[in-house]
Amino acid sequence: MVVTGAADEGSRMNEQVRTGDIAGAAVSALPRGAGPAVTAKVRARHVDVFYGDKQALKDVSVDIPARAVTAFIGPSGCGKSTFLRCINRMNDTIPTSRVSGQITIDGEDIYDPRLDVVQLRARVGMVFQKPNPFPKSIYENVAYGPRIHGLARNKPELDGIVMSSLEKAGLLKEVRDRLGDSGTSLSGGQQQRLCIARAIAVSPEVILMDEPCSALDPIATARIEELIDELRENYCIIMVTHSMQQAARVSQRTAFFHLGELIEQGDTTDIFTNPRNRQTQDYITGRYG
Amino acid sequence: MLTYAFAALLALTLVSFMIGRWRAHACVGVSTWKLHSRPAYHASFVAAWVGIPAGLLLLAWLMIQGPVLDRLVMVSLPGELVAGKGVGELSLILSQIKAVAGGTAFGDPAQPILEAGERLKSWRSIAELAMLACAMVVAMLGMVVAQSRIAPEFRARQAVERILDWLMIACAVIAILTTLGIVVSLLIEAMRFFGHVSPLRFFFGLSWEPQIAIRADQVTAGGAFGAIPVFVGTFLIALIAMLVATPVGLLSAIYLAEYASPRFRAAIKPTLEILAGIPTVVYGFFAVLVVSPALRTFGEAVGLPIAPNSALVAGGVMGIMIIPFISSLSDDAITAVPRSMRDGSLALGATKNETIISVLLPAALPGIMGGILLAVSRAIGETMIVVMAAGIIASLTLNPFQPVTTVTVQIVTLLIGDSEFDNPKTLAAFALGLVLFVSTLLLNIVAMRIVQRYREQYE
Amino acid sequence: MSDVSSTLRTGPATGHWRTAAQQRRLRRRYAADRRMQILGLGAIGLAVALLGILFGSLVYSGYLAFAQTRVVLEFRIDPALVQPDRIQDGNFRSIIRQALFQQFPEVTSRRQQTELAKLLSPGAEWIVRDHVQANPELVGRTVNLLVPVADPYDQLSKGVIPRDVPESQRRLGDEAIGWLDSLDRRGLVRTTFAWELFLNADSRFPEMAGLAGAMTGSFLTLLVCLLLSIPLGIAAAVYLEEFAPKNRLTSLIEVNINNLAAVPSIVFGLLGLAVFLGFLGLPRSAPLVGGMVLSLITLPTIVIATRATLKAVPPSIREAALAIGASKHQVMMHHVLPMAMPGIMTATIIGLAHALGETAPLLLIGMNAFIPSVDSIGLLEPATALPMQIYSWADSPERGFVARTSAAILVLLGFLVAMNAVAIYLRQRFERTWS
Repeated sequence: MVVTGAADEGSRMNEQVRTGDIAGAAVSALPRGAGPAVTAKVRARHVDVFYGDKQALKDVSVDIPARAVTAFIGPSGCGKSTFLRCINRMNDTIPTSRVSGQITIDGEDIYDPRLDVVQLRARVGMVFQKPNPFPKSIYENVAYGPRIHGLARNKPELDGIVMSSLEKAGLLKEVRDRLGDSGTSLSGGQQQRLCIARAIAVSPEVILMDEPCSALDPIATARIEELIDELRENYCIIMVTHSMQQAARVSQRTAFFHLGELIEQGDTTDIFTNPRNRQTQDYITGRYG
Repeated sequence: MLTYAFAALLALTLVSFMIGRWRAHACVGVSTWKLHSRPAYHASFVAAWVGIPAGLLLLAWLMIQGPVLDRLVMVSLPGELVAGKGVGELSLILSQIKAVAGGTAFGDPAQPILEAGERLKSWRSIAELAMLACAMVVAMLGMVVAQSRIAPEFRARQAVERILDWLMIACAVIAILTTLGIVVSLLIEAMRFFGHVSPLRFFFGLSWEPQIAIRADQVTAGGAFGAIPVFVGTFLIALIAMLVATPVGLLSAIYLAEYASPRFRAAIKPTLEILAGIPTVVYGFFAVLVVSPALRTFGEAVGLPIAPNSALVAGGVMGIMIIPFISSLSDDAITAVPRSMRDGSLALGATKNETIISVLLPAALPGIMGGILLAVSRAIGETMIVVMAAGIIASLTLNPFQPVTTVTVQIVTLLIGDSEFDNPKTLAAFALGLVLFVSTLLLNIVAMRIVQRYREQYE
Repeated sequence: MSDVSSTLRTGPATGHWRTAAQQRRLRRRYAADRRMQILGLGAIGLAVALLGILFGSLVYSGYLAFAQTRVVLEFRIDPALVQPDRIQDGNFRSIIRQALFQQFPEVTSRRQQTELAKLLSPGAEWIVRDHVQANPELVGRTVNLLVPVADPYDQLSKGVIPRDVPESQRRLGDEAIGWLDSLDRRGLVRTTFAWELFLNADSRFPEMAGLAGAMTGSFLTLLVCLLLSIPLGIAAAVYLEEFAPKNRLTSLIEVNINNLAAVPSIVFGLLGLAVFLGFLGLPRSAPLVGGMVLSLITLPTIVIATRATLKAVPPSIREAALAIGASKHQVMMHHVLPMAMPGIMTATIIGLAHALGETAPLLLIGMNAFIPSVDSIGLLEPATALPMQIYSWADSPERGFVARTSAAILVLLGFLVAMNAVAIYLRQRFERTWS
């Protein structure tokens, strides 16, 4: 399936990336944009997922562009989170799960036995439904990823990564004076932004967000949404949400899941104004869900 | 006699239940719906009034009778026999009299003692008859009172339920009574001990030789009751036990919680629990039979003299016993860390090992520490292993290849055999018991606090 | 850098994952992960191996005690030594000696005869006496009886005392070995199951010592413990869980119970010594006192477990019963308690299994009496218990008592396994998951 309408988006983003680069010159390990994003960053073909005997996903094929926010919507239990967890192979941690089909990132099969799952997860960051900062200091929370992957050669470099990640997550101003405080002492919205900072500290290419605002109040939600909008200049963001308004607000692409199947995908504006599928229309207009 | 008294009371209670039921039926005829409460409640009400007061009377009587009769018989003795005698001698006379009364006297005791023995014997039978009679009277009174209240509108159910409430409260209060009993008896005997030996000597003295000071007048020589070597020995053995148990238990817990397949876990967890279920006397025998000779042979092979009852043997075997405590408490603590922590770390590309070391263990640390503290309290209170495998002589050393002694070993050695509660030797056991009780209690309270706070953190 | 994906790569950022340094780092990280796994498996392996060594050594040293070497001898019940109307006073010692000397007519010197007489267990005398007492018509006749040999000969026959070491280092001389071998050649030596281990009470002679006294003592002690701790424990738990108002007293009781559960058992022994023996004047070494002390030890466990089971009964059941007009007490008695009963029983059995193995408190209240006969055992009489018997035997110097101790441990563990099996069965049979 060809990604339609992404070319225009992509070129606009390239502009922003360049200006962003100049502004944040200190950032070293971040992916610098290059080349037009006409091709898909993440590409899935005929993905089936089973938990034990139960089939959770049926024959899902989807293309996800780089430097854009793709929203997965659908009623609860429709498989959108399951699919999200396939993209960084977090499903591997559930003993009974089984995945078949093909998922590629930049054309590389992530279920290739030669591929290393630890490195994959460093390239595909994830933000969870409930903020889950580690019971460590704010600094240590962000420094954890770069440390285990050896991304910084010395303390100043590590400090640089931590600061720029916090900055990008829009948290630095609030926590600059108390980097040594426990991550759990922050408010819910701050915790979630800390988790985002933690994810971008390992300079991933893709960031998966599993209903990142569902545990937050409206004000914190608005801040996260702003943040997501800023981040899409540099990352391929895939977000699961049960709020159609949110999908409409922050995403450029939308995929609608129902009962384990991908029903429809396309530009967010198209999906919301002119859904081709009857089920999609029913869901969007609030007839079920 | 006692058996008869209780049997009679039981029979009377049953009969009164029948009577109560019959009365309840009788007062309304066939129209039982007129009764406020079911007939069984009326019956139970009567039975409770018969059984409980009389039963309590019996128990109280049994508690009081012995000491009262002892007092009486001592007072009845001719003056010249008791004049100017010390506590020890008086209690010797009393036990002679008791032996005469029980028909187990050896030799031929003096005439006044024989007479006193006969007196005690007859008083005892009188007292028992009186007890039976009083109990029966109380039971009958209870029956009369309770029966008179049976009427259709009598709220028997509420009355019975109130009685049940009080019975249950009484049972719950036993826990407090037990603690109180422990504290009071330990305190009283320990205070008596500190009357003989100054607490300073006891807590800071460096020489523990209680066997030498058999007689009260020898204690003043001093130094024999310095408990430091005993405390150090206890500490050394507990330390060795923890050094064995903590790594093994913690690593097992990590593997079981994070790496093991569900089937492996289901098989190994109960297997490890077996270690906790084995009676400690078995570990003691194992230490003597296998571990001690094995260690000695090993020591000889490498040219290291290891005493057969060295701290290493007792501590090592105790460590084996404690492994399951640490492993199951650590396992609980690790698995209680929310899944989201694990996911958060794995999603950043951490390996399991990194997740365990950097995220799970720090998060589970309070729980693990609590478990370790509980295990330490278990180790210092453990008795049979050290009684069988550790030393009796208190030497002040931290050498694990030398024999040392522990608080529990000393308690047992001091108390085994005769138990006259008036010389410092036996009283010292209670002072040690007090130290043991207080230290395990403190460890426990701290451990529970830590564990509780940890639980609240993730709830 | 592999080329699989180079055509589709969007940026150079992914490149740094493929450098040799990163690959090395990754290998190191995985090695650390494997190391942790190996350490964990090793720890489990060590613990399981220790358990195996423990059981293995007990079985290895104890299985021999389940067999007993005996000899068949022909005893002539001489009326001159045993009068038919006073059989219990008969001189059976001489009868035994004669029966033995008859087999070895060549042994004549007094010294040798004294040695030879030591071949049979001193218990042989009582076995013959009891047999004749049961069959008085035997007086004046001869009878063939199987009687146990003394401990050293038993050990020799089982191979515990080696034959191939110099005589001076053996507990039995060459002559003694010759006697047993001679009996063996004549087909008079048998090895049979050691019924004594289960039917006899304690004895100074290992081959006659058994566990009947200790088992009876343990049974009585546990009976007292059961009768006290079940009603008290359940009543206390029901009150605290269902009826207690939240006030100072109840929270004090709760804290108390939790702390009591972790008080070392020897402290309970001190309590028993000071209060039950010292203050109440109850008899020393009695199963009644032992049971009382053990019930204080098991009470907290039972209360805590019972409360957990009561908590697991869903409130919907209580509400349903209350809604049809049952009183709070009736709800408890008719619905909640019956539902919680399997769980309570499981907890009680496990608590009792712990009490059965408890040794230290019994040691302090002197339940290590030497009980040579089962007949004298009563609630207020001196008694011993299984773990105490193990402790006393472990202290005995005779070689035969090592095997006896291990065997006693195996019997004790057998009881524990049986009790736990019942508890597990109950749990699985009646376990309900409330949804």
